This record gives sequence, C-alpha cells and structure tokens, in this order.
Amino acid sequence: MEAAPPETLRPGPSALMQGARFVKELTRGLAEPGQFGSLAQSAERSSKHNQQLIAAIPYFQSWREQAHQIKRYTLANLDKLLEEFERKITARGATVLYAQNAQEANEYLIRIIQDHHVRTVVKAKSMVSEEMELNHVLESVGVRAVETDLGEFLVQLAGQRPIHLVTPALHLSAADVGRLFQEKLGEPFTQEHAALTQIARKHLRRYFLEADLGISGVNFAIADVGAVCLVENEGNQGLSTSCPRVHVALMGIEKLIPSIRHLPVFLNLLGRSGTGQKLTTYTHLIYGSTPGRKLYVIVLDNGRTQLLRDPKTWTALFCIRCGACLNACPVYRRVGGWAYGWVYPGPIGAILTPQLVGLQEAGKLPFASSLCGACGEVCPVKIDIPHQLVHLRHRAVEEPSPVRSWPERIVWRMWAWAMCHPWMYRLVMRVVRLGTRLARFLPWHPGPLGAWTRGRELPEVPPGPDFRSWWKKHAHELKIFPSNLPPETPRS
Amino acid sequence: MNSRFEPIRSTPTVDSGRLTPRQNHEGPLPDQVEQKSSVGPGVGGVTGMVSEKTSESALGTQADKVGLDLEAVGWSATEQKREYPVYEPGEPVALFVPCYIDQFYPQIARATAELLTWLQVPVEFPSRQTCCGQPAFNSGYWKEACRVVHHFCETFAPYRWIVCPSGSCTAMCRVFFRHLDADARIIEIGQRVFELTEFLVECMGVGDVGARFPHKVTLHIGCHTRRELRVVEPPLELLRYVEGLEYVELPNMEECCGFGGTFSVKMPGLSMAMGQTKVENIIRSGAEVVVSPDISCLMHLSGILRRHPQGRNIRCMHIAELLVAEE
Repeated sequence: MEAAPPETLRPGPSALMQGARFVKELTRGLAEPGQFGSLAQSAERSSKHNQQLIAAIPYFQSWREQAHQIKRYTLANLDKLLEEFERKITARGATVLYAQNAQEANEYLIRIIQDHHVRTVVKAKSMVSEEMELNHVLESVGVRAVETDLGEFLVQLAGQRPIHLVTPALHLSAADVGRLFQEKLGEPFTQEHAALTQIARKHLRRYFLEADLGISGVNFAIADVGAVCLVENEGNQGLSTSCPRVHVALMGIEKLIPSIRHLPVFLNLLGRSGTGQKLTTYTHLIYGSTPGRKLYVIVLDNGRTQLLRDPKTWTALFCIRCGACLNACPVYRRVGGWAYGWVYPGPIGAILTPQLVGLQEAGKLPFASSLCGACGEVCPVKIDIPHQLVHLRHRAVEEPSPVRSWPERIVWRMWAWAMCHPWMYRLVMRVVRLGTRLARFLPWHPGPLGAWTRGRELPEVPPGPDFRSWWKKHAHELKIFPSNLPPETPRS
Repeated sequence: MNSRFEPIRSTPTVDSGRLTPRQNHEGPLPDQVEQKSSVGPGVGGVTGMVSEKTSESALGTQADKVGLDLEAVGWSATEQKREYPVYEPGEPVALFVPCYIDQFYPQIARATAELLTWLQVPVEFPSRQTCCGQPAFNSGYWKEACRVVHHFCETFAPYRWIVCPSGSCTAMCRVFFRHLDADARIIEIGQRVFELTEFLVECMGVGDVGARFPHKVTLHIGCHTRRELRVVEPPLELLRYVEGLEYVELPNMEECCGFGGTFSVKMPGLSMAMGQTKVENIIRSGAEVVVSPDISCLMHLSGILRRHPQGRNIRCMHIAELLVAEE
C-alpha cells in the first residue's frame, strides 16, 4: 500500500507553538472583562457542584486513595498488563496495534482505512485522536471524519479546538450554537436547548448510518478480561462503535487497569469528578469484535514511556481525563483551554504537555499557575499537580527551554548569595525599600516593577526602620510580666 | 484578660455575623470536613509527591516492587488530622520574619513579637536570618534556593520552636524543604516552623488573646496556608474570641487571590484578573477590614483595593496586627 506523505501525518508544530501565546496575547487583556465570562462561570459552577456531590460521600477519600494505588500498580506493571490485555482481547478477534508516536498511529489508521475502503468516518470523543491531529490527517487522505460528541461536533463546525477535556464547547452559549447551526447547517435560528439538540441529532443520525468506520477513545482498558470500557452520556459512542463495520479504539498506554474488579471505583470517581454525575448515562464494555466486523485497538505511546521514567512526575500518567482540575483552576477559568497550546488544557495539561511534547516546546506552561493547589485537592486519582508544576519549573530552567535564560539565572545566583550573607541582605533590602518609596514618583516603571504597578499600587513602606533594626533597639522592652502568667490548667 | 490553655477540638461555625461560640456547636460542617481530607501538613501537603509506601529508589525498578493491596487502603481512608506538638510554657521561640515583612511590614513582626510576649512566650530573633528560599524555589532555581535553605537551617538549628507570621513561608519550610534537600536534618528543621495562628491555637492551645476590635472583618486564608499546611481553623478560632468583632464570610473564600509570588509579575494580567475577582468578593462581603495570616496575598490585594473606587477604604491587616490593635 502507498503511505501518505509523512508531513501530513505528523501533528503540526504550529499547534504546539501556541504555548508561547500564553504569556503574550491571552494574558494581556485580562484585567479587562474576560472574553470567557461564560467559561469561568460554568467551570466554577460545575466545580462547586462536584464538590457538593463529593462531600456527601464518606468514602470518597478512600476511593481516591484506592484509585491512586491501582494506577500506581498498573503503571509499575504496565508491560505485563499490556501483554495480558492484548492476549485476552485478541483471542476474541480484535487486533491490537502499538504505535510509538502519533505518526505511526496515523499510518496504522490510514492502512486500516485503505484496507477496508472507508469513505466516511464517525468519531466519538477521544483525546488521543486530538494528539494525533486525526481530523487533519483524515482530510489529507480524502476521508471525511465527523465528530459525533455534541460538544466536539459544535467545535468542529466552528472550526475550533476543544476548550475543555470533558466539555469541549464550554465556551459556546446556546445562542452561539443557534447561530452556528444557522450558518453552517442552514437551520432556522433558535436558542432552545431541546430544539438545538434535535437539530444536532437529525444531522448526526445520518452520518452514523452512512459511516464505514467508527473511531472512539478508550476510558479504561481492562487487562484481566481483555475489554475496553467507554463511558458517555449522549449515546453517540454506542452508535459510533456499533453502526459501522469497523471500529478503531484509540488509547494511550496508561489507560489500563488491572482487573474488572477495579472498574467500579473508577466509574464512581470519573462521573462525579468529571460532570458531577453519580454515573454516566452509558457505560460500554467492548470485549472484542462480533463476527463479520472488525475491532482494532491502537495503543499509543507518544512520549508516555519517557514520562514514566521520571520518578517525580510519573504519577501524571494516572490521569483519567475527568477535567476536575480544569474546573477548579482559577487560571484555566480565565484563559480557557486554547491558551495551553496543545491537546490537554488546564493544570494537568501544564504538567503533561511539557513532558509529552518536550520542554523545548512547552516549557512555559508550568509557570502558568499561581500554585494555589486547587487542582491537587480535587484530583480523583490524587496526582500531586501543584508540586509537579514546581518540579517542571525546575526542569524548565535547567534544560533547554524557552524560559531558560542566563540573565535570570545570574540574578537568582546573586540573590542567593545576598541571602546567605546577612550584611548583604540588609544592604540589598535597604535599596529595595528606598526604591519602593521612590517608585511612585517615577513616570515609568521597568520590568517586573512595571508588571506590578500596571494594575496595583506598591506596598506603602512605613516611615520607621525595618524590623531587625527596631528589634535591636527595642527588644528589651518586650518583657514577660509574671503577673500575666495564665493559670495552670491540666492538658488532656 | 486571661488566656485559655486548652487544646482545640471542634470546628468553629463560620456563619456570618459574630462567630458562634464553640460550646454551642453541634458538629463540623461538611465542607470543612472535606478540607481536612489530605495527609497532614509536613507529611504530604496536598498529596505526597511520592507516597510513603513507595520510596523514590523503588521507583527506579518499579516493576516488581509495587504491590497492590487495596485491603490496606480500606474503606475509611479519610486522613488523620495532624498531631501538633505541645508547647510547654517557658520554652524559647525563635521568630522567623520573612524578608518582605521585615522590610515592608515591620509592624506585623512587631505585633507578632508583642503578642507572643504577652502570652508569656520568650521570643528571640536570630539576627542572621534572611529568607526561606521560596521565591527561587517557585521560579525553578532550586540550586540557588537550596543554598538559602542551608543558610536558614544553620541560623535556626539551635531552636526547637520557630514561629513565622506568614503561612506561605511556613509551607516552604515544612512542605517544600524536602524537595530541595533530602537531608534528614534539613527536613527536621523545616518541621519545627509553625505559622503564627497555628502555633497559638494548636501548639499553645490559646483561643482568647484578649483582643478588642469593633469592626466588620472578613478573613482571607492564603492557598499555601489552606492547602499545604491545612491551617483553616486557627485564624477563625482566634477571631472568634475578639471582642466586638463582627465576622463576615468571604464569598468563594477558597479561591486563589492570584498573587502566587513571582507569578504576580511574570503573568501580571492573569494575576490581576484573579485579584479583581477576589476584590469584588471582598467588597460584596461588606467588610471594613480584610484580615489574613498571609500578608503576601494582602500586599497584592491591597494594591488592587487602593485603585478600586469602592475598595479604597477597605483596610488590609495581618491577623497579628488585629490581635494587638488598640481600637
């Protein structure tokens, strides 16, 4: 068979380079009313809703810990479990293909398309397919791929990228959707939710019946029974995986869980953390292919093995893509998913992206956080996101990346030296104090000072001396008066 | 004026208005139980980077060493509250005054020293102290931060108790030192650092410090204090006993104010946007005074408040200042 030109198969670097936009465009106008007002509200609302749901369950913390331990075990024994999964599911007629990187996965997929003479593809939601830039690749070989997840369908119609892991069209209001349907599908404008859903349904139903190939992601691949688990609310995954003759399931290597006994814990966590549901509407377990049909499972590495080697951050692979950290993140709520430049937005993206595509491309992402720790608090598999962010910042300044700069390093070296010598500290701080007092009289503030005063006043330095000088003079005035001694009370 | 030397057990209720006394309190609120969820401070912060079960060396050859024992996790894995050491009266306490408090807010350090002295605590100020190393640590310059941490540990090694009027710097010492240097001595010295309010309430068992502050006050707790140290109740506990104080809860109090250390100047737009939301919430709460155990957050917030037409008259205060205020 003839392979398509490699350029079209490789995810475009243009998509990755957007990482730099984070600091440039998207944060500049943020003091003004944000363009993502609705995003912030819905993310906040769903975060609160999830927290309420979770607070009602006394077991939730133990579920988190169990899920954490299961994932820890899985990733430590990934080689064995992957083999077991492959053996079990192949025995029931599926084909398992391993891809090193996105390009290889795309080549496999194109071969499948050519072997089965596929013309139309329906796609259920899959983040791995975004990693592969699948829609572009399919377009380049003349195959039409239709997103069938309602959110993804809207985003595809609008020619955008998903803004959120779980709810890709979070930024579109009902009116936006109405206009989009009017413009792209020629439907009369409406902003009623039910009517909009009917329009989407009418158009999508046709594609399900026409399609020759269905592509889906994988939520959990279960090793001991050799099954693929998919969860959804809309029913599109059920149709995408069962209507067409051929089903291709795309998964990252970390999607495994050892046993079907472990599935309930994850289903409980995923629904509640992701969309605030006790359970998703549909849970599909696909054990293999039925006679006359084909099932392919493409297992993608794409940098994950490399990430697995880092003992400080390998737990980032525990992620079950629930999006809880996005909803909780004050930064994400304000900039939205596109600012993160690649497939995975939010705090989890800020630790996954630099490790999957390299610090060279995405070294700035770990700095896009105030380290408030809200993400780590809500993560259902207890990924220690805030600490990993700091660790990646460390790596970003040590390894080749856009944030590594010699001037900055020299400044920090000098700072460290000054902080190790108290006399130098006093001298430097005296200059800083004086500078802060005088800064208000300057017409223009350079560098970080300007960044501070753009929307904030500098702290008012009180006229007296600093604390240590005061202490030298006045410490003796602080006396303990025996008459104040509290009555002796026994401690329990 | 009398101090209460008894350990705190229950959670204070946080309804608006005057804080209800502990005695009338039925049980902890659900959202506060939730906040108490993770491993105690110092042990793991939000969640341990590498859990106790699996040491880093084991991860090198992860394969056979990681077992799966869900029975061990059980069904009641709600983590324990941190056990605080008990401060015995008369033990000397070293005051760690973070650099920005030393320079920009000396009155806070003064208030802290006065407050502790008032409570019969002999306060000492090791004059060689400088910084905890957090700015460099958060910026990724760990080697440089490590040097400063070593200096910190040398300075404070002789002291059993180290008290700091800043939650964020305390979190650096207690939670983050272990990322910089695995030396047991360094980590142990880090464990001796306590945030002022948690030292007063948890280690000393003080609730009432005899303060009077007849104003409408709201409380902001910095994220490091809240999530890394898990210090949420102590500041509330102290405010509850302040005479004349009317407490109003800050809407969305868990959300970050956007300061984030160097984040505030590296991504000023974002930092400002987050600060704006916080400031709007402060104004919405109707408070006259915002109080916090973290003055770094307030440095950022007061900067925004002073430019805000409705926020201009809202005062920002460290909790130590409030507790010694004579108003």
